[in-house]
Amino acid sequence: MRITLFIPCFIDQFYPQVGAGVVKILEKLGHQVEYPEAQTCCGQPAFNSGHWDEARAVAAHAVEVFSQAEVIVSPSGSCGAMMRVFYPQLFKDTPQYQAACAVAAKTFEFSEFLVKKLKVTDLGASFPGKATFHDGCHGLRELGVREEPRALLRNVKGLELVEMDPPDTCCGFGGTFAVKFPMISSAMGEGKCAAIAETQADYVISLDSSCLMHIQGMLDRQGKKTRGLHLVEVLAHSL
Amino acid sequence: MSEYSQQFKASATRLTADLDHRQWISKALRGYETKRDEFKGRFQSWEEARQAAAAVKYEVINHLDRYLAEFVAKLEARGAVVHWASDAREAREHILRIARENQARFIIKSKSMTSEEIHLNDALQKAGFEVFESDLGEYIVQLRDEPPYHIVFPAMHLKRGEISQVFQQKLGAEPVTDPEALTMIARRIMRQKFCQADMGISGVNFGVAETGMISITENEGNARLTTSLPRIHVALMGIEKLVRSMDDLALFLPMLATAGAGQNLTGYNTLYGGPRLKGESDGPTQFHLVLLDNGRTRILADAEQRDLLHCIRCGACLNVCPIFRNIGGHSYGTTYQGPIGSVITPHLRGLQDWKHLSFSSSLCGACSQACPVRIDLAHHLLHNRRNAIREKPPALEKLAFRFFSLMMRHPGLYRFGMFMGKLLQPLHPIVKGSALDPAKAWTKTRETPKFAQTSFRDWWKNRPQNRPT
Repeated sequence: MRITLFIPCFIDQFYPQVGAGVVKILEKLGHQVEYPEAQTCCGQPAFNSGHWDEARAVAAHAVEVFSQAEVIVSPSGSCGAMMRVFYPQLFKDTPQYQAACAVAAKTFEFSEFLVKKLKVTDLGASFPGKATFHDGCHGLRELGVREEPRALLRNVKGLELVEMDPPDTCCGFGGTFAVKFPMISSAMGEGKCAAIAETQADYVISLDSSCLMHIQGMLDRQGKKTRGLHLVEVLAHSL
Repeated sequence: MSEYSQQFKASATRLTADLDHRQWISKALRGYETKRDEFKGRFQSWEEARQAAAAVKYEVINHLDRYLAEFVAKLEARGAVVHWASDAREAREHILRIARENQARFIIKSKSMTSEEIHLNDALQKAGFEVFESDLGEYIVQLRDEPPYHIVFPAMHLKRGEISQVFQQKLGAEPVTDPEALTMIARRIMRQKFCQADMGISGVNFGVAETGMISITENEGNARLTTSLPRIHVALMGIEKLVRSMDDLALFLPMLATAGAGQNLTGYNTLYGGPRLKGESDGPTQFHLVLLDNGRTRILADAEQRDLLHCIRCGACLNVCPIFRNIGGHSYGTTYQGPIGSVITPHLRGLQDWKHLSFSSSLCGACSQACPVRIDLAHHLLHNRRNAIREKPPALEKLAFRFFSLMMRHPGLYRFGMFMGKLLQPLHPIVKGSALDPAKAWTKTRETPKFAQTSFRDWWKNRPQNRPT
């Protein structure tokens, strides 16, 4: 299959190993991977902040960049949700509505693409250590991705997966919310870090580098040893 | 920034620093979640029940004129007096007039958030009436002279010791902390008050259009006494609280109990259809229903957000909200707290004054998932944000997002911007944590991520197979 990657801007700049891991995994499965270099951002920061005109302009660029794709795969539940769920809302009653819906319909979060589209749950990966899984809100509630990453992780040799209680409470990031209401965001982050600490896991795994950026930022400040890892980093580790 | 926004931030700062309080609220609500899930499991399909409830509400709200007319006609035929109030002031005036005309002196109330919305107690007390809340939680917060903390659990923020303290101070009660003993203190007083009251004011959980009756849900039996012992019963109801039929009620009553309180069914569910009829030996001789608009028709006129009127005030969205759990109910400064409050308060009390509530969310969507009538609260927060920005764009922020948009539409500019970020990041430690730190809202509690040596884009371009030949 010809797979077009959407690598979110912060993965491009802060966590390029996640993007590289996606390429490695998909190519190993025998697919043709392409990366349109004109891509930038999905527009979510402006959209969530209420600046829909600016968000639409950015999103229109993305719609154009990805118009020729067969499927679009992104290692982010949040950016994936922006494209799949929110593009149709953002472009409602505009001339680009059809094009936006077409892009929305062919956008997949990485783990759901592997499990639901490619029917792969065992990549033959191995990763030694004890880990817990954080459900990113957009992936979970906007895209309905809950079991897919867990199915993939269960097949990773050497990995002990312990659920935190609860795994699906928000980490408090929320984009600009984290700096507009830092006291609330940090309090939520503290709750998340406490739930992670209770599991005594060495790693916290997620579908979203943005959640991990927040969680890791707090763990580091608290002097905790737990490391945040994107699901892709675990799956691509031994490939 | 509006005065309300400043108050909100100050209170949120105080409450998020109070770890004890946060843990107390979280623990209580985790307990609720366990019970709720247990009773959700008793539905054949909770998801189908949600779908059905949403469909009923959609039908009623989109034909509200018709259902209201049917409801009112049936009620009036049984001797009820119906009063229409377009805003809070009109509603208060109706109720004050009823009280004055009937020389009422002592008024007893059962739980009603709508009465909080119109600040009824204040108005009644200022007019010289004695008002007494008969719901235990409401009574406790009334004694403390504070608003309900939560629309369903008004005194959930208080520990037994604090309740005992207020009973000692205000009622001269003995210092006990056993829940039963505490309840008995309130009960002894309430029993006397029920007998003294000449007017009872209640809320309404559902109006049944088909039969012209109001349904009240409660656990303490106080609403039954409030509505049946005094000679006058005044019910206050938002115009949106209708269902079509008794069949609908069979769906909504267990849903409200499950979603709202983690119960199978609440202790008492009672239907009231008007005053005492000829030949009946008890019940109020007058039954008044005050129907309140107070901004609801504005929401009705907004096709995109009309489904906010589906809300049955169960509190499920508050219970699962991580914002609520961390800042508590009083921080909102509103009648309705949590996600539903953050969405409707800007509609009811002014978008620019209350928009901060729609912005103070991580958009996690737990509320949308919990809502028994499937109101997509998280998406409505986004709509409010968009409307607020469109109506009055904050200049600096607008400029920032124009720049963001320009950069993200031009890959060259994006690469340049990221290059500059990477170049400047090593200088960040110089100002980090100081007043000059541009990222201080982040760095106060969190470390920052580091720009990678090689971006993904550069890695991709330099792969042997991608290098230009």
